[in-house]
Amino acid sequence: MNTDAHRIRVLKPLVHLASLAPLAWLFWLGASAQFGPNPAEFINRYSGDWAIRFLLIALAVTPLRGLTGWTGAMRFRRMLGLYAFFYALLHVASYVALDQYFAWGAIWQDILKRNYITVGMLALVILTALAVTSPKAMVKKLGGRNWTRLHKLVYVAAIAAPVHFFMMRKGFQIEPLIYGGIAGALLAYRAAARLRVHFRVRAAAASAASEEAGAKAA
Amino acid sequence: MMIIRNRPLHSIRSSEITPKSVFDNRRAILRAMGFGGMAMAMAPLLGAGLGNPAQAAWRPETGKALSGTVNPKYTAKALGVEPTAYDLVTTYNNFYELGTGKGDPHENAGFLKPTPWSVKVEGAVEKPGTYDIDDLIKAEDIEDRVYRFRCVEAWSMVIPWLGVPLSKVISRLKPTSKAKYVYFETLFDPNQMPGQNRQVLEWPYKEGLRMDEAMNPLSLLAVGLHGEVLPNQNGAPLRLVVPWKYGFKSIKSIVLIRFTEKQPPTSWNEANGREYGFYSNVNPNVSHPRWSQAAEKVIGQNNLFGLPIKQPTLMFNGYEEEVADLYAGMNLRTFY
Repeated sequence: MNTDAHRIRVLKPLVHLASLAPLAWLFWLGASAQFGPNPAEFINRYSGDWAIRFLLIALAVTPLRGLTGWTGAMRFRRMLGLYAFFYALLHVASYVALDQYFAWGAIWQDILKRNYITVGMLALVILTALAVTSPKAMVKKLGGRNWTRLHKLVYVAAIAAPVHFFMMRKGFQIEPLIYGGIAGALLAYRAAARLRVHFRVRAAAASAASEEAGAKAA
Repeated sequence: MMIIRNRPLHSIRSSEITPKSVFDNRRAILRAMGFGGMAMAMAPLLGAGLGNPAQAAWRPETGKALSGTVNPKYTAKALGVEPTAYDLVTTYNNFYELGTGKGDPHENAGFLKPTPWSVKVEGAVEKPGTYDIDDLIKAEDIEDRVYRFRCVEAWSMVIPWLGVPLSKVISRLKPTSKAKYVYFETLFDPNQMPGQNRQVLEWPYKEGLRMDEAMNPLSLLAVGLHGEVLPNQNGAPLRLVVPWKYGFKSIKSIVLIRFTEKQPPTSWNEANGREYGFYSNVNPNVSHPRWSQAAEKVIGQNNLFGLPIKQPTLMFNGYEEEVADLYAGMNLRTFY
């Protein structure tokens, strides 16, 4: 236990550093004028890629715990989720500022009319709600049950994000499907785990019932 | 995400072989002397005694200098804008056969081998056959025309093309009265076009025009830009340029021209008919499901923050006078 706390203390700054590396790299590319002819497009794609990646990484924490048995992994889930939110915010900010130049009317039209933006915005709204309610104080405020229920929405975001990406790309492109596949696998793991619990409970209940029946018959 | 990221086979950039400044300078000198058009007009005459330099003058060798008669109707001056810089025109491309990223076509350009190149002509035409590109495109017909270029993704450029009016090529091929449309196909060869290893679209790329659109004086078969042979990433060695339509109509690396009676299939329309119509005329009033088409980003013209300026998009990309008649009586919302 003590060594695990130590391990987490050492790992945390490293995970922070790794999570900020894409941002640092973005700054480096900008400083060395490597954004190309359409900087808004570049920054937007880049931040969008990392938002999806962090969302999937955050969603991989629970399966990681299940598969390795290392409960300490859960200590990283919130920060990874917040990094997903951070890159998603950067993604949308780059769209609002660099792509649309704060033309709110046009932005609103985009959200209403352009399905891929509608779906993307849905993911952002969800991630925002989850980020806002991520502090421990909010768990108390909402109550554990409500909080858990609310945070189940991350599964919707995990589907919406790759769908948004797939719809944005023209033609039939493989990259968004890879993200979609990973998201699907991470959700399938949870579904399987739930089913396993469900059947175990039923089996236990059934055996208890048959024991009871046996006792009665006797 | 491209799996193949080989270094371009031509490691010397074409712009290095052919410094743009040298061209601009030379042409300026010629123009100052009033010889620009005349020199070009004389080229084939001079060539008569010297083997066939007319052919050699534009053979699609990457990076090779190329010039054409300046068409006074289509100059940068007439447009009132500067052409987009060579480096931008040749590094920011949509050419999915060479990769889906904007920089991929430039990076993968070396795979494409534009020399030798032949084009098959078939369908409702009196002179079908397989033509060597030099026979199809005559050096003396090459014109220098600066056109606006508007991508459906709401960005634009201004490109100094070198090419032959499509009407000239078509007239020579003598389509029959049955020819109502012209259909084009891009090369299909995954070895030369690594992007074709993936089914982003149904390869080969297909495009088409109605006959009157094809015969419009604006329609160009381009073989060069910025004073040199068409770089591979821009659709070497032969591409269509229809400046009043969204860029994807301007099919690249053409190997087939077919004259048809019925409206031919086109790639983006096949992939997503709701978003991409057969006509795909630039139209700021008809919003695309993905992009509002009311405005465009001008690549290469940056604001204070180093971002491309946004300007309103013009009806038919500013070529309304020349092409509006083609669509008289048509509802452009239905025929988008």
